[in-house]
Amino acid sequence: MTQAIDYHAILPELILSGTIVLVLFVDAFVKKRSWVAMPLSLLGVIATLVATLTLIGSNRVTFGGMYVVDDFAVMFKTFFLSVAVLVLAISLRYVRDGRSYQGEYYFLLLISFLGCVMMPSSRDLLSLFIALELVSAPGFLLAAFRKSDLRSNEAGLKFFLIGVMSTAVMLYGMSLMYGVTGTTRLVQIGVALAGPLTQGQETLALAAILFIMVGFAFKVSAVPFQFWAPDTYEGSPVPVAAFLATASKAAGFAGLLQLMFVAFPAQFEFWAPIFAVLSILTMTIGNFVALQQRQAVRLLAYSSIAQAGYMLLPFALVSADQAVNREAFAAASTYILIYAIMTMGAFAVVTAVSTESRALPFSDFNGLTKRAPFLAVAMTVFMISLAGIPPTAGFWAKFLIFRAAIDRGGIGVTLAVVMLVNSVVSIAYYLAIPRAMIFNEPERDRPLSSPVLVTGVAVISLVAVVVIGFYPELLYHFPPLSTLVGR
Amino acid sequence: MNGWDEWAISIATFLPLVGALVIILVPRDKDRLVRGLGIAVTALAMVVAIAIAIGFDYGSGSGLQFEVNLPWIPVIGARYHIGIDGISLPLFVLTFVLSFLCAIYTWRYVPSPGKTKAFLGLMLLLETGMAGTFIAFDLVLFFVFWELVLVPMYFLIGIWGSANREYAAIKFFLYTLFGSVFMLLGFLAMYFRATPHTFDLIELQRFGASGGFSHGFQLVAFGAIALGFAVKVPMWPFHTWLPDAHTEAPTIGSVLLAGVMLKMGTYGFVRVALPVLPYGAQKYAPWIGLLAAIAIVYAALACLAQKDLKRLIAFSSVGHMGFVMLGIATLTSIGINAAIFGMVAHGLITGMLFFCVGSVYDRYHTRQIAELGGGMMQKLPHLGGIFAFVAIASLGLPGLAGFWGEVMALLSSYDPAAVLSGQVGIFRAFMVAGGIGTILTAGYFLWMLQRVNMGTLPDKWKDSPFPDVVSVEWISWVPLLVSIVVLGLFPRLLFGVTDGAVNVLARLFGG
Repeated sequence: MTQAIDYHAILPELILSGTIVLVLFVDAFVKKRSWVAMPLSLLGVIATLVATLTLIGSNRVTFGGMYVVDDFAVMFKTFFLSVAVLVLAISLRYVRDGRSYQGEYYFLLLISFLGCVMMPSSRDLLSLFIALELVSAPGFLLAAFRKSDLRSNEAGLKFFLIGVMSTAVMLYGMSLMYGVTGTTRLVQIGVALAGPLTQGQETLALAAILFIMVGFAFKVSAVPFQFWAPDTYEGSPVPVAAFLATASKAAGFAGLLQLMFVAFPAQFEFWAPIFAVLSILTMTIGNFVALQQRQAVRLLAYSSIAQAGYMLLPFALVSADQAVNREAFAAASTYILIYAIMTMGAFAVVTAVSTESRALPFSDFNGLTKRAPFLAVAMTVFMISLAGIPPTAGFWAKFLIFRAAIDRGGIGVTLAVVMLVNSVVSIAYYLAIPRAMIFNEPERDRPLSSPVLVTGVAVISLVAVVVIGFYPELLYHFPPLSTLVGR
Repeated sequence: MNGWDEWAISIATFLPLVGALVIILVPRDKDRLVRGLGIAVTALAMVVAIAIAIGFDYGSGSGLQFEVNLPWIPVIGARYHIGIDGISLPLFVLTFVLSFLCAIYTWRYVPSPGKTKAFLGLMLLLETGMAGTFIAFDLVLFFVFWELVLVPMYFLIGIWGSANREYAAIKFFLYTLFGSVFMLLGFLAMYFRATPHTFDLIELQRFGASGGFSHGFQLVAFGAIALGFAVKVPMWPFHTWLPDAHTEAPTIGSVLLAGVMLKMGTYGFVRVALPVLPYGAQKYAPWIGLLAAIAIVYAALACLAQKDLKRLIAFSSVGHMGFVMLGIATLTSIGINAAIFGMVAHGLITGMLFFCVGSVYDRYHTRQIAELGGGMMQKLPHLGGIFAFVAIASLGLPGLAGFWGEVMALLSSYDPAAVLSGQVGIFRAFMVAGGIGTILTAGYFLWMLQRVNMGTLPDKWKDSPFPDVVSVEWISWVPLLVSIVVLGLFPRLLFGVTDGAVNVLARLFGG
């Protein structure tokens, strides 16, 4: 069986792969000037982005349905590549000052992003698995990249052990799913599961769904699979933590969205309540533990766990009513995008501060309004936005979820109330860093010298958060987010 | 309709925001320029607001004027729907007047630790949020403006406040946010219950008046929304953030907090909760009345026990807002008119009281009544005289602004709305409680004056070179003092504005 491959559809992935190979050679051949790895990567990512943009509005299917490029995929690809640009921007100084192998770092980072870019196109259990592992495996190495630091080693090891275990469980689930339905294509699985199933098949299918969910729950750091996140974020280089908290997590959600809305919608009565429990636990535990944190990256780690809880909430709203499902789907995808922008901005500021001290307790932020007024204001806005106070982008993200939840009625209202109470609690810790920046006196007198690129990332994120805050309609000029629902 | 009619209130509302952005761009060392800009921007906004008040058609009764209704976020059905009517106009103008006077006051006093730029920038942002709340006729827009005031006020208290400022600031923030998220939930519930789905207040009112919301739904939705408003008012027992926030806030923060922000809560009841959910209002009214009566008596008793002058004024606010809520709870035209009058009067009087306390602290560097020790009339005759005058206005002396709101609230609770005919006895009991409250109020204010103003000056202050009221203070205070007298003598000035819109509202309750 020979199949024509649609090379245009996979052009972005091809360009990115080429760049990856080139970057790997940097350390080997131009060791003296290994900083070129970063501009090289950036060039490659931008070329990939351009290639992706040529795909807007197309609907291409290749590899016999395993790989689909539609509005959903293009939107997420564009998003991942934009995040890649930002992560590269905040990496340059951090990695160069860290005296590590720069080529290797960018090589691994780009592979992870390759996985991210593949994720929203993968409509097959196999390609989905490959994409997920492409995101995770380099992540294990990146987390441990500060080789001489014990914490970094611990970060990598924890991430690796928990990651591998959940991968194994997920793979088992996938094999069971293949056993039940006889196919790995998501669409066909959806059809098979919606049809009549014998008692035994039903049980197996539900078990398979559960196992697969476990794999993704690890990826998005949902409770009870969140243990790795704080230690890993703290030990990793800050830009890597930024990557894990934004792109890697969003990739997990992109995969989850496809699985739940394309392959398993028929079994929503089984999995929607599980998501409800996961969501409540994740946001509540994330928020309450975050209250105890005294270190910036750990705070952001627990914040990202709590936020994952909010993002899981729309999954719990799925019902037989396609209109509500579409709304829930749009709310989840929008939240993921906005969350990533806010978190990216916050990590940019943390990266800037980390040029002075790598330990990053809150006291490092003391008096930042005097030493770096712009960064302090930007960080305050990011924190207020993460807490969901209008008029910032974060408010609209939460608003959409509340809206979907209230519209759903029943369990939705309960979940909305839990989320509301949680977002009030969250303000207490989101204000901790602004408090240190604004109310406390600086410990050092000279101004903080932030690398230009890092400040640039903060500027871009700040503009996005404020502009979306005042004109949220902007978000909906994206292609319809709900292309996956209800087909 | 010409351009002015459409854009006047938008210009007034967003002018401070633009001013805040301009102030950020001014170099830090140009301190005087920043303060001047603050005065100029607030003055300009106030001129626009007054021009609106002059152009307002007082004869037309109800109905929105200066209305703009544009699509804002079509996907979620939120619109940029703003307008002004007899209920919102007084509060809208009050916002701009108080902000302007605060900006003038700032010419001389920027509390420690300075940072004039940030201080004025936040104050202007606050002004936009407060003004916007009073003109929004779309619930999403309303909510955005409502929350917009939280962040600037948090920082005003947290940075420029006194010793315990961080605690007070976060307490204020969390309390208010907790209330308002439930309010948001109520808004969303109303949106989905209405057909067609809408956030538009006018359409929701129409839908509510036609009996679109079931009784059970109204009870739940009213509860959720009322919680948000009640925390802001603040009604007893949600008031505990207020004494802390007021005591720790800088003078300007206290003035705006008492003068305008508390009114956002009571305004919310009148604007959103009552007209859209009349059945809910009717069922909750006795409970609101009860809490209001408790607030009046409790606050007065608490005031008697206060040792800190500013905390005393803060508790007195709780009592005054109790009268406002009592007026609203009667659901009568008189009661709601009284409530709006009470809001404005409280804004002027308590704002002025906080100015006085700020100036007293500025000189004595203490707010403890015992340490002040009395004799202020000897040491600072002008300041003491003004303080006495405002305190007496606050206790409700006839002929001054404080009188009308209180007496009419009591009057209306003698004869609550027709829909509350089963609870007349209870409301009369509230009236008696309120009456006792006014006596206690007079008691604590006079006792306070006795301890601060009268008596002999302690030796330690004898040689202190305290300046009496200075020119900046005169300029920022005289308008308030004059308004207190004018509104006291000619209450018609305000009732004439509010009456038409209130009558339409009261008709819902058989008034």
